[in-house]
Amino acid sequence: MTRYVRRFSRTERAFHWVNALGFFTLLGTGLILSLPSLSILVGRRPVVKDVHFWSGIGWIAALALVALLGDTRGLLRTAREIDAFEADDIRWLRRRLPAPQGRFNAGQKINAVLNAAFTLLFLLSGLLLFFGERDTRFRFASTVVLHDGLTVAATTLLVGHLYLSVLHPATRHALRGMTVGTVREDWARAHHARWTPPPAE
Amino acid sequence: MSESEPAEIPGEPQPKRYGRGLFLATVLGGASSLFWGKSVWGHLSAATSAIPLLPHGGWRIYTVSGSMPKFDPATWRLEVGGLVEKPISLSYADLRALPRATQVSTFHCVTGWTVPDVHWAGVRLTDVFAQARPLPQAGALQFVSAEKPYIDSLTMQQALLHDVMLAYEMDRQPLRREHGAPLRLVIPEMYGYKNVKWLERINLVQHAEDGYWEALGYDRDAWVGRSNGYTS
Repeated sequence: MTRYVRRFSRTERAFHWVNALGFFTLLGTGLILSLPSLSILVGRRPVVKDVHFWSGIGWIAALALVALLGDTRGLLRTAREIDAFEADDIRWLRRRLPAPQGRFNAGQKINAVLNAAFTLLFLLSGLLLFFGERDTRFRFASTVVLHDGLTVAATTLLVGHLYLSVLHPATRHALRGMTVGTVREDWARAHHARWTPPPAE
Repeated sequence: MSESEPAEIPGEPQPKRYGRGLFLATVLGGASSLFWGKSVWGHLSAATSAIPLLPHGGWRIYTVSGSMPKFDPATWRLEVGGLVEKPISLSYADLRALPRATQVSTFHCVTGWTVPDVHWAGVRLTDVFAQARPLPQAGALQFVSAEKPYIDSLTMQQALLHDVMLAYEMDRQPLRREHGAPLRLVIPEMYGYKNVKWLERINLVQHAEDGYWEALGYDRDAWVGRSNGYTS
């Protein structure tokens, strides 16, 4: 019988999917606002602008709610896990294999850290765009460049993330960990040898 | 990310806290780009403009209402009225029959994007004035867009700057719908929100008044680099 181990808690999964839903909503409405071809196709700029702004606020608020109402301590432990780079993580990044990985491999840690930083910068530049339209003190010539640059960078990371989690045969089993929470024990041992997983209940 | 560290295990090498370093470096680098991003982007986009897949040209399409006005050459009119000796109503054919002027100028949006070297063709206001003949007390012009309720105005002095144009062609093509077809105002020395699209009426008035964006706090004299909080 295939044995499964728990990789992600309910709070971690809720946090991940709220983040994904928010990102896709903002990417879609943001592209309508910024790409001329889509702006022309869709029109209704004032409405799309409102949806984009309030989705952004809702995104951050929903992430905060999941973190506060869910297993806050667990999320903080996860953050510390992502913060810590072991000697094996550095070897893994330099492709000096074998380099046994923890629950997160070094690439996943970098992806998570960059996404957290991008979210904060999206919020900052988005608020500057919103308030800059109302008060010159919040207006910078480069706010649009920053917001656009973040979109390009975050979407690039997302494409890599989707390839590894949905398409790539060796790694796509990870998607199960983020949907039902558990992964096959043999898969965990092969990909995350340094991790001692708790048994699935 | 958190202040508390996990318990140390004696004899184990301590992990490096690179995560927070990367987080801080990214946030600080990104935030500082508010002060250098645009100039770097200018060099980058010059280098990447050869890549066909990336959107280029630099235009954004900004509108304030639900849908863009549709141009019908059979019924379209440019009305010029107010403080004039003779109010006029130009058809699209009348407009195209006026002396044709061309210019290459840079378009600056107040939100930070810039489109260099736009080729415009259209008519000068002096050629419109030759027909309508503004009265001596006409000190300003009010430009009314077919996109309601967009409106904006210029003083007579600003409107008579040498490169102010009523443009019906952009980059050697008839002005496209999203750029204000069939006629828009072009005043390169001021930010884009003064360059009224879908122009349908010009009123000669005594004094300039606040337009659509000025009512929301933007400067009425929108000189590029010298207004709206910018000092270039």
